[in-house]
Amino acid sequence: MTATVPTHRSAEEIGRTEAGPRPLPALGATREVPLPDVVDHVLPNGLRVLAARRASVPMVEMRLRVPYATQAPEHTAIAEVLSSTLLAGTSTKDRVAIDDELAAVGADLGVSVDPERLVVTGSGLASGLTTVLDVLADVLTAPTFADDEVARERARLIERLAVALAQPRTIAREALQRKRFGDHPITREMPRPDDVTLVTAEQVRALHADATVPRGAILTLVGDIDPDAAIAEVERALAGWAGAHAAYELAPPPPITPSDLELVHRPGSVQSQLRLSAPALTRHDDGYSALQLANLVFGGYFSSRWMENVREDKGYTYGAHSGTEIVPGGAVLGVDTDVASDVTAAALLETRYELARMVAVPPTAAELESARAYAIGSLAISLDSQGGLAGTLAGLAADGLDIDWVRERPAQLSAVTVDEVAEAALRFFTPTAFTGVVVGDADVIGPRVRALGGIS
Amino acid sequence: MPVELPTVELHRATLPNGLRVLIAPDPATPVVAVAVHVDVGFRSEPEGRTGFAHLFEHLMFQGSESLEKLAHFRHVQGSGGIFNGSTHQDYTDYFEVLPAAALERALFLEADRLRAPKLTEENLRNQVDVVKEEIRLNVLNRPYGGFPWILLPPVLYDTFPNAHNGYGDFSELEQATLDDAAAFFDTYYAPGNAQITVAGYLDVDETMKLVEKHFGDIPARPTPVRPSFFEPVPGKERRQSVTDAHAPLPALAIGYRLPDPGADLDSYLGHALLASVLGDGEAARLQRRLVHGDGLVTDVSSGAGLMGSLDARDPDTFTITAVHPGSVEPDRVVAAVDEELDKLAAAGPSAEELARQVARWSAALYQETDREVYRMLGLGARELLYGRAELAVELPHRLAAVTPEQVAAAAATLRSSGRGVLLVEPKGEGA
Repeated sequence: MTATVPTHRSAEEIGRTEAGPRPLPALGATREVPLPDVVDHVLPNGLRVLAARRASVPMVEMRLRVPYATQAPEHTAIAEVLSSTLLAGTSTKDRVAIDDELAAVGADLGVSVDPERLVVTGSGLASGLTTVLDVLADVLTAPTFADDEVARERARLIERLAVALAQPRTIAREALQRKRFGDHPITREMPRPDDVTLVTAEQVRALHADATVPRGAILTLVGDIDPDAAIAEVERALAGWAGAHAAYELAPPPPITPSDLELVHRPGSVQSQLRLSAPALTRHDDGYSALQLANLVFGGYFSSRWMENVREDKGYTYGAHSGTEIVPGGAVLGVDTDVASDVTAAALLETRYELARMVAVPPTAAELESARAYAIGSLAISLDSQGGLAGTLAGLAADGLDIDWVRERPAQLSAVTVDEVAEAALRFFTPTAFTGVVVGDADVIGPRVRALGGIS
Repeated sequence: MPVELPTVELHRATLPNGLRVLIAPDPATPVVAVAVHVDVGFRSEPEGRTGFAHLFEHLMFQGSESLEKLAHFRHVQGSGGIFNGSTHQDYTDYFEVLPAAALERALFLEADRLRAPKLTEENLRNQVDVVKEEIRLNVLNRPYGGFPWILLPPVLYDTFPNAHNGYGDFSELEQATLDDAAAFFDTYYAPGNAQITVAGYLDVDETMKLVEKHFGDIPARPTPVRPSFFEPVPGKERRQSVTDAHAPLPALAIGYRLPDPGADLDSYLGHALLASVLGDGEAARLQRRLVHGDGLVTDVSSGAGLMGSLDARDPDTFTITAVHPGSVEPDRVVAAVDEELDKLAAAGPSAEELARQVARWSAALYQETDREVYRMLGLGARELLYGRAELAVELPHRLAAVTPEQVAAAAATLRSSGRGVLLVEPKGEGA
């Protein structure tokens, strides 16, 4: 590189101009782009199909959600092997032929499973929709789960689990799920490697036959499509998908009980994970909008009290975030940050302080206006793509809501008052309403963290 | 299946102070996306100051003459928008996406910090702490942290700009001074070394006027001479091992040099498609051979570009990475990769195999185009790096024109050149 170091201004000189500070420009005219209509149709086999036209690019996005609740303790491992082998071959095509067919139309399919549902996510050129649906139908109705494919994926899954279970965020998530939901099936997000070892191809086939069923499942399509024609295509392709009963919905977990935080030892950790949780409201509840705005003020976006304190003032963390998570029958509030080991106690103290401050010094009108503008603006941004719209529609439908709920958000958020946000802050952010975990090197963080109290 | 992206409407200008302007209207969206790209990345940071370009990116969010600390975040989010910044090998970007009503406000916010950032000791110390937490989160406290983007370059490259850790060494971050920051800003953040990109729902003439209004009075400063980071391609294989305290399984990365995309784009794209033929999808060569055929690896991937394709000038890196069980010797993995490269060098991919990868790549470009932020960043980065924002639009055609022979030639080039092989070893016994 050049060796010349030019004479430069000082930091102070750089930060000043002759003209001095300038005023912030006002906002211009609002631009509204209406959301598309969604065609909503239930097929004779019980599959619900949502289709919307958004022709921004010549692509189509697909989301299939099948409720897939745990039926037995061994379910988690079997379902995980199933999700790894669903695309590994059918009665007429092997793994490579399936992928070749998808790639020819620029398409991809991915399968994942959690304690609530099996999800098949896909995208491809809109002109290839028929191909994508035919492949989907093939893997749903005629997968083979061949012995050798199951054996190979089982071995890979065990190796991948070893990697996943070494991630601090996974360790913290598992500890939090156990702490707030006990042994409810919702906590079984990842199988144990020992359980995976025992999974047989026969068990995978049996689970698929029993649980991968259309009634209760929802298929969402968004893209450069004609919605009615797309639904007719789905009906043609998936007519042969059948099931004897409805898909399995996960039972609600027990309500969160406030308690001491649990200190979880991770030897050698150079950071600690703080994961706090409390009850929250669902999108169906009155007061949801007020809670959403109160949450933004606390820790739901960068310009929140908690983030400005623990990152921008104290430098304890790279990020701190709070938000609601939907669970069957309800919703929970999560408060998450990762901090250096030597400031873990200090960060916990500041977190509790900011929670208490939400109660004692409720959000101001200015804080509310900022949160409101962000909630409305970021929603519009998130819906401004085929994938964003498809994901939102799929999530709403699974929660018994539709696109009108999104259309009404700006008005709903605009109507919330300072008093309503103060009430939500009081009800949901009281420090004593929380439970949670702190994961870190207990030998390093233990003495100071324990001395704060409320942790065992 | 050759596919086309819709033609993009591009408007360019250069202000008298040297700032380049790129405007790309999109009448279909309710949002506007704005970025300032500065022509300096972590390859340009001085020796003894690893991580400084990225640390400086953080400092640019800490206030400016008209904006107190925290005001930038609050104004963007309080206008309904989102923001971020990122530091790459050759450039640093600062961007926001907002409802279209906030266009002038976004330009004001970007101009204020490009004109007169408030660099203070207190904010510097605060952001050193924040960056250290970022590094603990993404590198030090997790398995495979910095793999391969931090760990592979020192194996493949000899010179400081190409080989060093762009996230930075903790002791060097701690030694960073306010005067370092002032010198860095005055040298590299001159308007002639920067570019503003605006995309989304906007009126072109009005936007050009607003850009002039807010950026026009930033005084011109000398634009730094852009150095060449060229170094010779290694003649043989170099190998290094590192220990990862958190990794449960061994991993390896093989790094090769890519052709210069500025000088020989077609050859670069031949390598890019080679990466897809090797690693993209269940039918890809390395997936079939290493994952399913021989069962040697848990996962394998390959890619052109250390931080993404067409994201840096020369030199950049072609990577193949794999995580494998401890029972598999890394040499067996490397030998199998070599055999697959030899097969491709001898016979190339089939025309259909190549066409499928082009279709997938084109579809991915559509998805990028569909999100205003990625569309804008893609146009802006390619304009800054190669002077050709149109690349984003032309890429499907250029890729469709790549022949199996060109992919074979890319494979042959990799086989005949030196390379860097990085081995990541778990601290424990090995799985």
